[in-house]
Amino acid sequence: MSAITATARPTAAGAAIDTTARRTGAGKKRATTVVLSILAVIVFLFSVFPVYWMINTSFQPNNQVRARVLHFWPDNFTLRNYGTVLFDQNRAQFGPAFMNSILVTILTVAIALVFAFLAALAVTRFRFKSRKAFIIAILIVQMIPGEAMIVSIFRVLDGWSLLNSIGGLTIVYVATVLPFTIWTLRGFVNGVPAELEEAGMIDGLSRTGAFWKITFPLLAPGLVATGVFGFIQAWNEFLLALVVNARPEAMTLPVWLRTFQTLTGTTNWAAIMAGSTLMAIPVIVFFLLVQGRMTSGLVSGAVKG
Amino acid sequence: MSSNIVAMDAAPTAIDGERMTAPAPAAKPRRRRPGGFTPYALLVPSLVILIAIVGWPLFQLIIMSFQKFGRAQVFGAPPEFVWFDNYTKILTDPTFWQVVARSLAFAAVCVVLTMVLGTLIALMMMRLGKFFRLLLTVGLLLAWAMPALTATIVWGWIFDTDYGVINNVLVNLFGLTDFTQHSWLINPLSFFLVAAVVVIWGAVPFVAFTVYAGLTQVPDEVLEAAQLDGTSYVQRFRFIIVPYLRSIFVVVIILQVIWDLRVFTQIFALQGIGGIKEQTNVLGTYIYSVSIAGGEYGTGGAIAVIVVILLMAISIYYVRQTIKEEDL
Repeated sequence: MSAITATARPTAAGAAIDTTARRTGAGKKRATTVVLSILAVIVFLFSVFPVYWMINTSFQPNNQVRARVLHFWPDNFTLRNYGTVLFDQNRAQFGPAFMNSILVTILTVAIALVFAFLAALAVTRFRFKSRKAFIIAILIVQMIPGEAMIVSIFRVLDGWSLLNSIGGLTIVYVATVLPFTIWTLRGFVNGVPAELEEAGMIDGLSRTGAFWKITFPLLAPGLVATGVFGFIQAWNEFLLALVVNARPEAMTLPVWLRTFQTLTGTTNWAAIMAGSTLMAIPVIVFFLLVQGRMTSGLVSGAVKG
Repeated sequence: MSSNIVAMDAAPTAIDGERMTAPAPAAKPRRRRPGGFTPYALLVPSLVILIAIVGWPLFQLIIMSFQKFGRAQVFGAPPEFVWFDNYTKILTDPTFWQVVARSLAFAAVCVVLTMVLGTLIALMMMRLGKFFRLLLTVGLLLAWAMPALTATIVWGWIFDTDYGVINNVLVNLFGLTDFTQHSWLINPLSFFLVAAVVVIWGAVPFVAFTVYAGLTQVPDEVLEAAQLDGTSYVQRFRFIIVPYLRSIFVVVIILQVIWDLRVFTQIFALQGIGGIKEQTNVLGTYIYSVSIAGGEYGTGGAIAVIVVILLMAISIYYVRQTIKEEDL
């Protein structure tokens, strides 16, 4: 992701500003730098505070959380809240929801990537009737809001007896991420010259062999970027999961978190924060791990979903 | 969605220095083979899924919006065609227009603030030292990675009536005793203040990173030349940076508009924590409460069709822009 990797390379405008600053006087430049650095710290604190506060609350005993005095760090460190979330039999179960989420997410990413790769090959490497129509359709489908369609998606899945199943939710998620994935991969496949494949074919590969042995490996960054998009989309999606997989045994993590929150009411914030932390950590870790490999433009759409 | 930013071929808009995705604008026309049957075969899996999960439900949605479709119909009673009754009912319902107005106002505020803050942060990142830029990047990344639902619940806890940090700090640190047990979510206006904080907090990193990536592509010679000519910082922003980043801004603004008009999770979760639904519904939650919670599927369908048309109208410019600038 260039926004991040760019931190390493000298920035153009920054250098330009440096030169003038030297001319107009180092004092003024110093003052600006100090002000900007202070602002940066403020923005940093504002960005991080909710994440910190979530983790901080999750490690405190609930009676301390409900006290008049604020504790800005978990001085009475406890793991009880995590125990409540993970093992309390009276509440909605974390384990099954976590497994459902993992399964749906992995299946969604895998299926969407394979399907999108095939479609991207079709529109970039071949000339055929209605090619443009397909691309424009892909673009327009992205604009249709999911929440407008929940009722009819519910009825369609109901008709196929796919409600409250991993398969049903996966199909819905694949359809949700597919247009973006095809569109993005199309750009990446375009970036791999067809000549490379042709060279491979001259050296004796079949057309299919050339795709898989030559083009596919070169698409790694594109596959990672679009895979991340699918991952985050499937992991965080709330509304469709709420409507389509409402049964306790079919719940995904967001629906679980919501049920958990409603069940505990506002009384047990410490446990709710422990649950939130458990749901957020995989995404945050995943995000920090892969962000270096992605171009920022891709991540952008990806993450907000 | 935003892949289009990368793929847009107007030279200055390419986001990454390496240009991993966007082919060079001057590239010779690509050779495409006539594929016979192959391309259609490659498209089959995607087409089947999209038709089954997008096309068919969309068709059903449109049909349903012309029917009297309630709970009884879900359990098998044959639906009765009422044609435009659902539409006239909605379009004459003041509640619907309140929801539309509320959604538009909320989206407008969020988009403007997100864009301004994101752009300012991006400009700031250009001028920061290495350490502070890294610090800022890490902070923004964390906010960006937080799932919307967890973020909303955490903010709900921060603004909690009894034990929230905000009330506690306001009362104990600033002595504003009015805020003892102050409920932020019960009043619609402050409900939307909290909702805006949640939405903007989550959206600013995307804008900041995208604009920042665009800024690094503005050639320094141009900026330096302008500076030698004695232009001010504001002038350089207005006459050099803005034109260079125009297409990035267009795409980002349109995406923000669409996302903020479609906002669901944040509002829904905040309503669950303590808002009054009737006074805080936006389009997404309104569709939900009419159809899923209220069982009026026909009416909900009609609202959904209206929303789809509204979003299409907004995004048509974006679609046209992309088609124009793309070598499809």
